[in-house]
Amino acid sequence: MSAPLTRLDSRAIHLPETNIDTDVIFPARFLLKIDREGMDDCLFRDWRIGMDGASLGHAFDDPALREVQVLIAGAGFGCGSSREQAVWALVDWGIRLVIVPDFGDIFAGNALRNGLLCLPLPAAQSADLGARAEAGAVFTLDLPARRLSIGAEQIATLDLGEAEVQAFAEGWDEIDVILNRDLAEIRLFEARHRSSQPWLVDLS
Amino acid sequence: MNAFPPERHRTLYDKLWEAHVVCEREDGTTLLYVDRHLLHEVSTPQSFVALDRRGLKPRRPEANLAVPDNAVPTVGRDRPIADPQARAQTARLVENVGKHGIPFITLDDPRHGIVHVVGPEQGFTLPGITLACGDSHTSTHGAFGALAFGVGASECGIVMAAQALPQKRARTTGVEVTGTLAPGVTAKDLALALIAQIGANGAAGHAIEYRGAVISALSMEERMTLCNMAIEAGARVALIAPGEVTFAYLEGRPMAPKGAAWDAALAHWRSLPSDEGALYDREVTLDAAAVGPFVTWGTSPEDALPSDAFLPEPGERPRIARALDYMGLSAGAPLEGTPIDTVFIGSCTNGRLAELRAAATVLKGRRIAPGVRALAVPGSGLVKRQAEEEGLDRVFLDAGFEWREAGCSMCVAVNGDRLEPGQRSASTSNRNFEGRQGRGGRTHLLSPAMAAAAALTGCLTDIRKLEPSA
Ligand code: SF4
Repeated sequence: MSAPLTRLDSRAIHLPETNIDTDVIFPARFLLKIDREGMDDCLFRDWRIGMDGASLGHAFDDPALREVQVLIAGAGFGCGSSREQAVWALVDWGIRLVIVPDFGDIFAGNALRNGLLCLPLPAAQSADLGARAEAGAVFTLDLPARRLSIGAEQIATLDLGEAEVQAFAEGWDEIDVILNRDLAEIRLFEARHRSSQPWLVDLS
Repeated sequence: MNAFPPERHRTLYDKLWEAHVVCEREDGTTLLYVDRHLLHEVSTPQSFVALDRRGLKPRRPEANLAVPDNAVPTVGRDRPIADPQARAQTARLVENVGKHGIPFITLDDPRHGIVHVVGPEQGFTLPGITLACGDSHTSTHGAFGALAFGVGASECGIVMAAQALPQKRARTTGVEVTGTLAPGVTAKDLALALIAQIGANGAAGHAIEYRGAVISALSMEERMTLCNMAIEAGARVALIAPGEVTFAYLEGRPMAPKGAAWDAALAHWRSLPSDEGALYDREVTLDAAAVGPFVTWGTSPEDALPSDAFLPEPGERPRIARALDYMGLSAGAPLEGTPIDTVFIGSCTNGRLAELRAAATVLKGRRIAPGVRALAVPGSGLVKRQAEEEGLDRVFLDAGFEWREAGCSMCVAVNGDRLEPGQRSASTSNRNFEGRQGRGGRTHLLSPAMAAAAALTGCLTDIRKLEPSA
């Protein structure tokens, strides 16, 4: 499970490309791993490391940016494959906040479940923040206050419910929550479902 | 006060969604019941870890069906899988489903294949159900009027443990397809034309419903191709209203209801299509008559153009410049005539019997161009067997194709079938992302008939311009 997230102060990496798909974030050939070790090493692998094994000088290979926790990118980030490895790799590397105009739907769901905060901001604003990131701006995220700022300047308010803020702060344990809270409702639903569409429930 | 609420006209999506609401939560999410879950080897090892860590068992093992498809080799299936990681991952799936009593289709089972081909074939996919799978192309099953969506590995674990999943209701896009499809133009071309029109994330947050006379006239295979590609327009869910074509496809399938249950199911399924006058959040029109054969040129499925088009000028668009560079193409050059060295016919988009037939019709009695490597990979063992009964394997082999065992193969290129750096393919699969078919590989997406034409000429070729065979 990811480390708790309530506040961060960090520079940001800017990748201006649009439609950065999950194959680029986490190339398919690493999908055959069955554990979660070393995911960060696969992150943006083919943008970072050339065929000859040498660094291509990508921001994610820049030692000066190694502690960065914020990523700003173009529209359509995380489109494509449902692979949760893309999120695991980002989080393992240290990224906790992604700011883009819009996200792939499945990616956004995966992100939420792994303590990676997705913040959609309009394209012009994202691009502007990207430029400021390149100039070295430090972003401050205050989750309980639902506020993103650069210094004293407030940049965005986060549209997050209490449960989400709490989940980021304490870690996400959805299976336990559902089984503890909703199991009776699930059983009731199944009984109704069996009477209305018995062919769906009584499988041999 | 009115005793009866005004009649609400509901879309197919509304009906499917509302029939599966377990409960609404304060945070605006809905706990949605999931009727069925398809599993494959790449997206579930960590999902089972989540169950095992808590000592949980799947709530309804029989509501799941597991098939390894991504990592499996398409040759030498009588031998153990050579790649140690692929072997370990497939073995892990066998171990996990065995331990948890989940129905499993083994590699040597004649029904083996790609999850999205096997589900419909077995009648595991039905109208009116919710279906989840740790794979974004789960939208394919929406062709049956099922609410089917791709999920991540964590969600796979939740589905197995609870048979329900917290979800946010999508908005709806009605895609009205008007006109008629011209000869040589297929569902694949419609799919690419739509993605080019609305963009690769143009339907994010939306469920697409394809409708109109063109859609009602499509075969189940064509419907699956369209719904499969909806995720390439950003739509996690695609839908087509079930009707007689759907019911005829399903009747008698092994896992479809039988006898009185079939009749009851049929009555329910007939009530699913969107009501007359139901409203979508957005409506898009696609004129089928204006769509010709489409081919992608870049590294996103939205980079699709009619095959007789010219490559774009990047201007102020760095992504276009980058895509042209990755693809090794020049701005302004014609797309047609681009030399290819590899052809892949297969995948859950275009690996079904009808699509193999379409390619074989083009190939019959001819030879592929010298230097081209061409793979035909059926979507399932049953597709392969039927194709062989019709003699399609001979057509492919005589033309110079390799005729493989079923699997995902070069669609995702993790099973050993892949492009080498710099190689260029004409591929019937669904993604042309950088490196998707192998690091440094370059992919042009197109229909099976267009892929066959490219194999014959050794370059991207408009199927309508191919000389008729002697
Ligand atoms: S054929 Fe391709 S898209 Fe379909 S399930 Fe396999 S890897 Fe995914």
